[in-house]
Amino acid sequence: MAFGPFLLLALMEGMVTAAVLALSAAGLSLVFGVMRVVNVAHGEFYMLGAVVAFAVTAIVPGPPALAFLAALIFAPLIVGCLAAAADAMILKRLNYDPEATIVATIGLLYMIQQATLTFYGPNANPVTAPFEWRIQLPWFGYSGYKLFVILAASVVLLGLWAMMTRSRIGLIMRATQVDRSTALTFGINVDRVYMGTFALGAGLAALAGVLIVPIQQAHYLMGGDPLLLSFIVVIIGGLGSLRGTLIAALVIGLSDGIISMFFTPTLAKIIATLLVAMVLVFRPQGLFGARA
Amino acid sequence: MSAAAKVWTLHLLCLAALLGAQFVLPPYHAGNLARIMVLAVFAMGYNLAFGYTGLLSLGHAMFFAAGMYGAGLPIWLMAWTSLPALAAGLLAGGAVAAVVGLLALRTTGVSFMIVTLMFAQAGYLTILYFGATTGGDEGFVIEAAGRKIAGFDLATERPRYLAAFGLFAAALLISLALVRSRFGKVMVAMRENEERSRMLGYNPFTVKLTALVISGLYAGAAGAAYAVLFGYVGASFATVQYSILPMLYVLLGGAGTVLGPFLGAALMFYLIDIASGFTSAYLFFVGAALVILTVFAPKGILGTLRDRWFRWLP
Repeated sequence: MAFGPFLLLALMEGMVTAAVLALSAAGLSLVFGVMRVVNVAHGEFYMLGAVVAFAVTAIVPGPPALAFLAALIFAPLIVGCLAAAADAMILKRLNYDPEATIVATIGLLYMIQQATLTFYGPNANPVTAPFEWRIQLPWFGYSGYKLFVILAASVVLLGLWAMMTRSRIGLIMRATQVDRSTALTFGINVDRVYMGTFALGAGLAALAGVLIVPIQQAHYLMGGDPLLLSFIVVIIGGLGSLRGTLIAALVIGLSDGIISMFFTPTLAKIIATLLVAMVLVFRPQGLFGARA
Repeated sequence: MSAAAKVWTLHLLCLAALLGAQFVLPPYHAGNLARIMVLAVFAMGYNLAFGYTGLLSLGHAMFFAAGMYGAGLPIWLMAWTSLPALAAGLLAGGAVAAVVGLLALRTTGVSFMIVTLMFAQAGYLTILYFGATTGGDEGFVIEAAGRKIAGFDLATERPRYLAAFGLFAAALLISLALVRSRFGKVMVAMRENEERSRMLGYNPFTVKLTALVISGLYAGAAGAAYAVLFGYVGASFATVQYSILPMLYVLLGGAGTVLGPFLGAALMFYLIDIASGFTSAYLFFVGAALVILTVFAPKGILGTLRDRWFRWLP
């Protein structure tokens, strides 16, 4: 294959990565922005989304498209409820103390991951794509489902953006983010906002997991890479800013697609993690600038 | 008895009990105890940074691995003997901690946790990347020739137990002396109120860097000893899990107590040992312990005992 089509393929793969990454990173960013909680278990919610999607598509009869639609609805709901329970039982009791919640969510990460290993098993399982449709380009054929992933992620992110900026719920969430105690005095039920935000963040990660599972199989250890990448995106993009997160996801997703085609993935990861650490050290406003 | 006499008596009695334990315990448990003592040295180092100075690091696996590879690679590639290799491991841990500290200590709190985590992850990936030299994922076994000190074969039970005990005793006494010294008080002051300590004329950066380097030396010594005593070096010791474990030991035993890391390491080691007997998902218990501790007992066992009854416990 010539260089041009090769680059095009890399770009298209990068767009898919970017779309899924943007969904999951938006969830992480939302949780950090509103609650000031760094959720280390975020990658496990992504994994749960994929695993629940596998379970739902196995139960629901009928054509693959219907089963997949059911997974798209139920997986984020189930994972969101689980996250809400985790918020009520763990995070709330810690008063959302930033350092304690990191330690607790590390614990949550292990619990979710290992419980999945126990009940779901160590195997990777595929989920059939809702439709088989290939676009034939002059140089190579490309899966239509991957384009659907990009489209679906864009629609959800647009919806999220509209919710945050145009709706009353978004207003309440932003108010809580800016000043928790003032929000409280205005009669906002901050506890419920936190619980809803945590569930929403987890639901976004789960949705990303559902979208990726026809491309990548569902496995109990699949949460590690998206967690790291989401962190990178959120740190580079600056928190609380949905726009920053989207731009960073696009940059990271595309460069990940291109870099891993031309370099070894390990070296790419080393450079990326070191760069992000340096961003945090030398330009902390990228991540924690809002807090004085 | 004066408070100081009580403290020293307690710690020396604990050491005497550990020294005697090898004659009483069956070989399997004596072997476990040797492992626990080495891990406890790692945890004591973590405790000096986290428990006393308030530096919640998620990157200590890198210091442990630095000690492990610092000792293991010279033995493997250059046929060093174990004593200089152990010294190299100790220094490697301290040196890596110094470099990480110089950068990471510009941040605090949550950022510090993430930066140390990222550095450790980069360190782990670097070990994999240079797999040709480091053995990568599979690691390498240290041959018998590199596991002797003064004619004693560290691969056999009694010398291994004594070597682990010697390291543990030295680490415990140094740690006790350190936290009772003037510098130890300054470390605690940094944890309690950094701004006020600065007003009193202490430089937070140098104090925290010193504490982190001491912590790195402990981790390096533990990593080097683990490699030489148990004969295996592998990249799995550089994963996030080995940053979480010392934190868990310290949280369980009691952050900011001298004996806490050992107590936590021993309890957790046996909990994992028993759990892995009936399930492959034993890490679940690590997660559950972390959550339960942070929610219900943030001070750990000895920290709670100290609050209730033993105010003199260091």
